[in-house]
Formats: sequence, C-alpha cells, structure tokens
Amino acid sequence: MIAGVRIGLIGVCLALGLFFTLVSTTGVIRLPDVFSRAHTASQADTLGAGFALAAVALTLGWDTATVKTVLLLVFIFVTNPTAAHAIARAAYEEGVEPWTTGDERR
Amino acid sequence: MSVTETALVAGYTVADGLLIAASLFVTLAVAMLYRAIVGPTNQDRVLAVNVLGTNTVVILALLGAALDEPWFLDIALVYALLNFLMSIAISKFTVERGGVI
Repeated sequence: MIAGVRIGLIGVCLALGLFFTLVSTTGVIRLPDVFSRAHTASQADTLGAGFALAAVALTLGWDTATVKTVLLLVFIFVTNPTAAHAIARAAYEEGVEPWTTGDERR
Repeated sequence: MSVTETALVAGYTVADGLLIAASLFVTLAVAMLYRAIVGPTNQDRVLAVNVLGTNTVVILALLGAALDEPWFLDIALVYALLNFLMSIAISKFTVERGGVI
C-alpha cells in the first residue's frame, strides 16, 4: 500500500517536473525581453527542478544520498531566483529598455 | 527488490521512467541552447546558460537515481555551486558599479 503510494508519487513528481520545465523553456524561448525571461526562468524552472529532485529523493529512500538530494533541492530553491535577479539587475544597469506593449520583439 | 525495479506504468520500471524523464530534460536543454546562441543581449545568454545548468543538475540527479550510482549527486552539488557562482560573477563584473546583489 505505502509502496504503491510512493511509486505513484514518483510518477506524479516526474510528470510535474517535466511540465514546469517545459513551461520555463517555452517562456525563455518565446517571451519578448530579458526581464520577462528572467521572471519565467526563476519561477517555473525552480519549481520544475524541485519536483524532479523530489522524485529522485523518493526513489532513493532512506539513504545518505537522499540527504544530498534534499540539500541540492534547498540550494537550488535559494540560488536560482537570486541568480535570475542579479542577471535582470545587471541588464537594467547596462541600460536594456524593458519591453512594453506594441514594441518590437527582442 | 529495490524501488528502481518495481513497475511504474505499463511495463516500464521506475528506472525506465527516470531515464525517459532525463532524456526529455536533455531535449528541453537543447531547445534552451537556442536562446544562448541567439539572445540579443549578453544577459539573455547568461540567463539561458544558467537555466541550462539547472537542467544539467537535474539530469545528473535523475541518472544517479536510475543507474544506482549515488556519487553522481556529489558532482551535481558541485555543478550547482559553480553554476550559481558563474551567474553572479558575470552579472557583477559586467556592470560598472558592480552592485547587482
């Protein structure tokens, strides 16, 4: 029973991780300027990586490797939005104009 | 019997599912390479490489679980650290004042 729930959760976490990474890839490729791309890269990609690493942690079970996976998950949750923020701020300081409605796609 | 050998869906084991997910993550990473090559500003490229690095970390973790090689996770941890350092360093030192964080 518990094993069945665990296997089901692994499948669901993998599917959700793939879905959110697909959303983030679509956003980074399709959105019009660097600021909107930074926004999708920080949010959707962090969630996708979080779900995929949760699936890995569920697969490994009680093990030292699981501790490393959870450490990796926490680290990605902290650093990914920080990096996206720093990149967006660097773009603003360099004078990249934010995209507004009606502008050409960049 | 370990977890990786139990059935996930329709004849595929959990290890198969993890490997299929890893291959799809590779496909998405290759698609992301488009932005790293085309991206009109330097920041676009750094952002795309940062997301690519996160994907690489996830792929390493999935492979480590699927092939039962837990030391892949050590490499994934180091890669995540280097990836973060790369983004911060590039965004900090391409700007004159350097106070991006």
